Amino acid sequence: MSSFGSSAKRVEDPVLLRGEGKFTDDIHLPGLLTAAMLRSPYAHARIKSIDTSTALELDGVHLILKNADLALEYTTTELPLMVPNPLITKPVTPHMLAKDYVRYVGEPIALIVAEDRYIAEDALERVIVDYEPLPVAGDFREAVKRNAATAHHEIEDNVCAEFVQAFGNVDEVFANAPHIYKNTFFQHRGAAHPLETRAMMATYDELSDHLTFYAASQSPHRVREIYAKLRGIDDNQVRVVVPDIGGGFGAKGQTYPEYFSVAAAARLLRRPVKYMEDRRENFTATHHERDQLWTAEIAFNDDGKLLGFRGTLLHDSGAYVPWGIITPYIAASTVPGPYLLPAYEMKVTCVLTNKVAVTPVRGAGRPQAAFTMERMMDTAALELGRDPASLRRQNYIPADQMPYKMGLIFRDGSPITYDSGDYPACHDKAIELSEYDSFKERQKAARSEGRFIGIGIASYVEGTGLGPFEGANIRVAPSGKVTIHYGASAQGQGHQTVFAQIASDQLGVDLADITVIGGDTQGCPYGIGTFASRAIVNAGNAVHQASEAVRQKIIKAASYMMEAAEEDMDLAEGSVFVKGVPKMSRTLGEVAEFVNGKPGFTLPGGIEPGLQELSYFTPKQAAYANGTHLAEVEVDVETGYAKVLRYWSGHDCGKMINPMTVEGQVLGGVAHGLGNALFEWMRYDENAQPVTVNYGEYLLPLASDMPHVQQVHQEIPTPQNPLGVKGAGEGGTIPAIAAIIGAIENALKPFGVRISEAPITPPRLLELIECARKN
Amino acid sequence: MKPPVFEYHRPESLDEALELLATLSDVKILAGGQSLMPMMNFRYVMPAHIIDINRIKELGEIHRVHDGVKFGAMARHDQAKKSEIILEHCPLIAAGMEHVAHAQIRNRGTIGGSLAHLDPSAEWPALLAVHDATLRVQSKSGERDVPILEWSQGFMTPNLVEDEMLTEITVAIWPEKHVYGFAELARRKGDFALAGAAVLLDFDGEVISRAALALLGVEVGPIRMIDAENLLVGEIPSDELFREAAEHVTVVAGIDDVHASASYRKKVASVMVRRALEQASHQHKSQALAA
Repeated sequence: MSSFGSSAKRVEDPVLLRGEGKFTDDIHLPGLLTAAMLRSPYAHARIKSIDTSTALELDGVHLILKNADLALEYTTTELPLMVPNPLITKPVTPHMLAKDYVRYVGEPIALIVAEDRYIAEDALERVIVDYEPLPVAGDFREAVKRNAATAHHEIEDNVCAEFVQAFGNVDEVFANAPHIYKNTFFQHRGAAHPLETRAMMATYDELSDHLTFYAASQSPHRVREIYAKLRGIDDNQVRVVVPDIGGGFGAKGQTYPEYFSVAAAARLLRRPVKYMEDRRENFTATHHERDQLWTAEIAFNDDGKLLGFRGTLLHDSGAYVPWGIITPYIAASTVPGPYLLPAYEMKVTCVLTNKVAVTPVRGAGRPQAAFTMERMMDTAALELGRDPASLRRQNYIPADQMPYKMGLIFRDGSPITYDSGDYPACHDKAIELSEYDSFKERQKAARSEGRFIGIGIASYVEGTGLGPFEGANIRVAPSGKVTIHYGASAQGQGHQTVFAQIASDQLGVDLADITVIGGDTQGCPYGIGTFASRAIVNAGNAVHQASEAVRQKIIKAASYMMEAAEEDMDLAEGSVFVKGVPKMSRTLGEVAEFVNGKPGFTLPGGIEPGLQELSYFTPKQAAYANGTHLAEVEVDVETGYAKVLRYWSGHDCGKMINPMTVEGQVLGGVAHGLGNALFEWMRYDENAQPVTVNYGEYLLPLASDMPHVQQVHQEIPTPQNPLGVKGAGEGGTIPAIAAIIGAIENALKPFGVRISEAPITPPRLLELIECARKN
Repeated sequence: MKPPVFEYHRPESLDEALELLATLSDVKILAGGQSLMPMMNFRYVMPAHIIDINRIKELGEIHRVHDGVKFGAMARHDQAKKSEIILEHCPLIAAGMEHVAHAQIRNRGTIGGSLAHLDPSAEWPALLAVHDATLRVQSKSGERDVPILEWSQGFMTPNLVEDEMLTEITVAIWPEKHVYGFAELARRKGDFALAGAAVLLDFDGEVISRAALALLGVEVGPIRMIDAENLLVGEIPSDELFREAAEHVTVVAGIDDVHASASYRKKVASVMVRRALEQASHQHKSQALAA
């Protein structure tokens, strides 16, 4: 039976469920020291002096590093811009430890290394920093204004990038369209909030001049590359290993400043140094996705045909742009979504503020884009007197127009092309699952009991599986067991299971006999990372290619060993055999031993040493996933409390390798979106001081807030890769905010409430209800 | 998020604890630790001494006394939620416990700890306010009783001086056939409430003969709604009556924080009062039907 496509149980779960996972903080190397980070209490200040003398007197304190100390260790202490773009006019990146200035609350200033974390934190309180507070660029809507305080003292204004994404004749469309609707949307997305905070541990071997880094990173090769570059050493002098990770959601994909001071401390002290971010630091110093302000105009003809969309996007970049302008870029190019859109224009302005940098969090600007488009669709439906679902369905790109050139040019210079999918059919599946057609009756019945329920719908398209590549290194040992090393790392997605499933069919080996190891730069020489819903497309297909190659090597060697034709061979149950002649069989272990050779004997012609293959998959373009979600909510109109009662997802991520793990991804994604719609809010005051720095103040959705999520899948394979797979890590989040807010608005239709923001809290919703009641 | 060095004391008896309190300064008492431990880890509080009273058995019990129920200060929330005595004599308290945090916290957290911490949104102060509770405070030099409505001395400031500790709480119980209601709005299940109301009613036939009504989450301490209580007594329950009672919600200062403004809390408190009254009235109707 084929393993590919089956809901095999996750092989990683038993260990995690028993509490036997090995996370960075579970690794205790001999002589280990612990670090704490001195962080800025000011949003913007000049550092006049740092006095560490009393802190150094404390028993158990080993080392305190400041920027000047790192300047001796690295060629520069300023971190590189990871994704450069000529549109960025102020390519500001942070220093490993602050150099003369701090530009957000939480910016690292000094690293303290001590016997344990208690002592390190005692020492933190003894470091005396003399600050000169500077004017603060706080709220991004103020920071963009002329004469606003600047986030960096040396810049004249806070705009760090401006660009336009457009196609079609927008001006003409809006000059002539019979129906034009406008709105403004404030959207906030909080941060990633993985269960495990950032974690890192460095250990340096003087003898071999080699540094090993254990890091909860979504992108270990990037950490290796930048570390080697900034130290001016060869990349064989550093190895990055990713232990188990307790979630990443994008935030752990960044190469943070802390890596470098921790590595320097380990080298200077010749002892292993561990730094575990604490939860309060995670709120202020791990990147957010935070704030955007959109204006939007949408144009329709009398028949409900979408004619054009234009708007502006103001994006809060934070104090630095280490990941360039990826988030607003993706946001602006996601708005057109699944619709036939003749004309589009989005003017984007990115503004620096004195807050921690904004980099992608699950969805990476797409949820905000979907929110903007889907709220406008709802507005149009209301104004045109159309059913929101039918208005959408009318405007979807039909399946027979695939591949569909959407109109925008992607950042690699190629036209954005939706490669596959049947949006109307996927929509229909979700509609049917949700019993949408009978909802109006249920709504009416509820209203007669004084209950206000509503339904919301939202659709999206997501470019997944972007390159440049990911690799897999597969080896069959003389034991007959298979080891797969791949370049990216897993944060809970189920890589160990699904990559094993891919190899299992090719090699005829049980899942139990396949070990999948990600996130070790020594296991796979090159890699990019697990983010942007790219691992299954890139690493999955690399595993497929490598297992195919190993399969051919097995067949070739076995054919020689058994003197049978290659085309008569098949693989199953850990053996290679001649079809129809069960006695003619060799275990994979025997074949592996054979091709490992005997000293002094030449391998037979054409047989390569070792049952091993390293293969990279390089996609030509993104594979586009899509979906339609529906949410049903109930609103308590006396308190503004909204509860999601039911939820439905229609989803197409191409071929599903393991439907159960796909459903898990979608479910987690919906939870994330529900948090963004109703709860998560990283608040700052006007001086950019964070005011939500614990989980009593910053609310994540709980299990009790989650409705039952029913899912239906449409499997339209992408032609972009041999497995026909598209990414599934973010799709659950992208439409969820729009669907839930749409449902709330629908529930409050009798009051005429319109919602143009996310998240929406009970006090704010009650305010909107009261306002609407007055009018 | 690690506390600085402190000295840890674990007395086995109340006398030993009071002795320590009399001799040490800069002390915090560790009861269930559900608020104190995080506050110490955040270094919001940095006491020189911790007196852990978890080993003092006599403080952990719930007893029936002649005209009431007596809680040891170390009785856990979960104990109150499941106690036969509570379920029989003051079921409102058990109902209120459903809203206190989550199972793990209810297993550790204590009534005394909640009262000494005095979070404005905690359920205990309001539940005790409608039951006219008396709080016993002891020190090496003596003891005194504090009525629940005099317990709060300001924001998170209980009526305690340095060498004193809260040792027991006595609530007055209501006639067997009394009914109750409890309603609160929290952002998520188990969160501190944005606003809530606790209600006790007793009836003479169809007429409300006695009413007690307290709010939580809106003021720094527990408050009784005396005007609303007076309005209810002598009346037959009706939608208009409960609406009018809810309009009598009077809040002086009001809590204003990251989750909600004072004015929102006041509005919600009023809604919660009405809903708690409706629950109580519904109970009364069910009782009448059963009889």
